[in-house]
Amino acid sequence: MKKVVAIMRPTKLDVVKHALDEIGHHSMTITEVKGRGRQKGLTEIYRGREYQIDLLPKVELMMIVADSDVEKVVDTIMHGARTGEIGDGKIFVLPVDDVVRIRTGERGDDALY
Amino acid sequence: MILAVLNSGDTAWMLISTALVVLMTIPGLALFYSGLVKKENMLNTLFLSFAAYAVVSVIWFIYGYETVFGIDVHGIIGMPSNPFFHSVLESQALYGTIPLGLYAIFQMTFAAITVALISGALVERIKFGAWMLFIPIWLTLVYLPVAHWVWGGGWLAQLGVLDFAGGLVVHTNSGVAALALVLLLRPRQDRRLLPQQLTYSIIGAGLLWFGWFGFNAGSALAAGQLATSAFIVTNTSAAVALLMWMLIEYLRFGKVTLLGAASGAIAGLAAITPAAGFVNVVGAMVIGLGAALVSYAAISIIKPRLGYDDALDVFGIHGFSGIWGVFAVGLFASPFINATGTGLLYGNPHQLAVQALGTAVTFIYSFVVTLLIAKAIDLTIGLRVSSNEETQGLDLATHDEVAYNI
Repeated sequence: MKKVVAIMRPTKLDVVKHALDEIGHHSMTITEVKGRGRQKGLTEIYRGREYQIDLLPKVELMMIVADSDVEKVVDTIMHGARTGEIGDGKIFVLPVDDVVRIRTGERGDDALY
Repeated sequence: MILAVLNSGDTAWMLISTALVVLMTIPGLALFYSGLVKKENMLNTLFLSFAAYAVVSVIWFIYGYETVFGIDVHGIIGMPSNPFFHSVLESQALYGTIPLGLYAIFQMTFAAITVALISGALVERIKFGAWMLFIPIWLTLVYLPVAHWVWGGGWLAQLGVLDFAGGLVVHTNSGVAALALVLLLRPRQDRRLLPQQLTYSIIGAGLLWFGWFGFNAGSALAAGQLATSAFIVTNTSAAVALLMWMLIEYLRFGKVTLLGAASGAIAGLAAITPAAGFVNVVGAMVIGLGAALVSYAAISIIKPRLGYDDALDVFGIHGFSGIWGVFAVGLFASPFINATGTGLLYGNPHQLAVQALGTAVTFIYSFVVTLLIAKAIDLTIGLRVSSNEETQGLDLATHDEVAYNI
């Protein structure tokens, strides 16, 4: 099992969600986050003064998937979230030791989907 | 002597005008300010305006009204001969064609917003107790005398100073007091202007614009030609200043901002305030143009150069545009609009000198006395919150409540 964490543009969330639906992956957790990468943010102007805004709003999508689904899920997120411009975000894949479904007590692969 | 008769049309208009000016302070000004601060200071910023409104409401009818409008004592101050408004309501007295009590509460709303305006400069670091102490002292030692001099038949009025709805008494006065206070308060740790919720400020600006018709057109004290004239020039000046601010931003940055446009509108409204009952539409347009120019320069050039932390630009918008408007009366006052005011362009250069004197007196008096009051408060209970409280945000640190519970 792997944890897939994608930090991406808020405007791309719906596209990615639908694409994941189409390959049968419905479960996900979304968090609104702020962050920055190499481009270090944007400029905002309030009452004639410019401010460097160094943290931009992003969404973080978190999914736990079976090892065999990782490539497909990562590929789907990548294509859905991509604009080709700076600020598209990143995807991280991490190992997961175990999963527990709280309602039934099932563990491991049984609890995954 | 002409026998005074109550006019129900005038009375109806003045009741509405009074309520409109209340709306300017709570919640108009409170929202305008609170949308611009950090979210940890939202409630405290709203509270400063609400508290000012309540304290002034109470004092006004104990001794405030008569200290401004009571029997003149040597041009300096009015005589509070009926404390607690005693027997005034019972006497059914009139002021012109409206009840005297209505005139008194209309004037109360001006005193309240003047004090509340000052709070915009102090946000995010003023100690709440210091503000509660400052309100009655400043009202008594600064607002009441200045209002008496200009509006209550005091010495500036006797010299012929023209201030239709409060360019001196409200805007110059509060703007200069704000400047004096921020010099003592010193800059905030984080003085960036990053609005937590600009939408609130735009709602606030809209309510201010709307309420300003009560403020300016209501200052005609009758539902007639002069009120209509004041209504139109008020709106014209605000609209021109809004557009002018947009143009300045476009030329400078290539983009226009909504906060800039709203700030321009408020500057235009502040500038037309002393002139609303004296100038025509062309005068109002020039006043609006000038307001955007002087307030933009004050905020984006003068403030950064001098380094004072006028957090929400009370001095920059109300002080500068108020002073510009007071001078503009001396230029553009047309006797065809109002027989009591003739400016330079209509052959009376003397008026400009009188306006300059009124501005200088208000500026110096308000600055010096505010500085003394603030220094006294600083030496006793302290003006500023602790560094920890400032970092935590005043909502939680001072009030144990927060604007946003997730």
